[in-house]
Amino acid sequence: MKLSPFFHRIKAFRLGDCVLILLSMLLVIWLYTYLWHHAPAKHVSIIQGNTVVGHYSLNQTRDIHVKGALGESVIQIVNGRARFLKSPCTNQYCVHQGWLSRAGQAAICLPNALILQLSGASLAFDTLSY
Amino acid sequence: MQMHQYQVTTEDHAVAKWAALAIALHVLEAIVPSPLPGVKPGIANIVVLLVLSQYGLRAAIWVSVLRVFASSLLLGQFLSPTFVLSLTGALCSLLILSVSVHLPKRFFSVVSLSVLAAFGHVIGQLCVVRLWLIPHNGISYLIPIFMTAALFFGVMNGMLVAYLQERFAKNTLEIQ
Repeated sequence: MKLSPFFHRIKAFRLGDCVLILLSMLLVIWLYTYLWHHAPAKHVSIIQGNTVVGHYSLNQTRDIHVKGALGESVIQIVNGRARFLKSPCTNQYCVHQGWLSRAGQAAICLPNALILQLSGASLAFDTLSY
Repeated sequence: MQMHQYQVTTEDHAVAKWAALAIALHVLEAIVPSPLPGVKPGIANIVVLLVLSQYGLRAAIWVSVLRVFASSLLLGQFLSPTFVLSLTGALCSLLILSVSVHLPKRFFSVVSLSVLAAFGHVIGQLCVVRLWLIPHNGISYLIPIFMTAALFFGVMNGMLVAYLQERFAKNTLEIQ
């Protein structure tokens, strides 16, 4: 079998390989920090159906009562976090989802047609969910 | 009626042989479940890289594309999204390889080619997923995972190819 010259000169891990792997590692680490950043949320939007019915700062402690499709849900805001405290829906998925604290997070209650959408200092449109 | 005479070259035989091995590895890999859906070692690319170093780019393209078509037929995925992703990945990594074979051999071994090809594979597939299958920016969350896998398996496959090349070189020296 005839072999090309390229074949004979191979010895694993030459200088360029090491540089390339190091640069690739840096790229991957940068990708993690850039794409997986979890900025703490500043505001919570309450969306009923298609309309935003409220926009509140998370830097407070209060309960908000909102009328949904089924009845009244209670949304609790405590020190930078928000959650569904009470909901008239049967499955209670929204309540069991618990606290939301990072920008871009959302809790959706389909039966009661209510959405909590958390946003950071700048609105993170790339994680909107409908 | 004009008759065409096809001359079967030794390279054709080699391409068929290596493509068969690549298909076998691809099917084997499809059977083994992956803990993360979509993350695979891509061991069939070991064959492509070996063929690239031994027979050149033309043969590598043949082996890679034959592998994609034949194994998709065997697995019943022909023309399915899986097939399109597989073909895109293969073509993108071949495109990267066709450029990176010109890297100086003194500094860059097959490990570099393997890593670059793996990145090409993943980037091409993610582009297709974003543009066609899941047109939502949410998939950007998956980019770091796939790039990590590409780097890891790229290095692993590259080292395996380097090892196999040395073994083959030794064998041929002994035969001579």
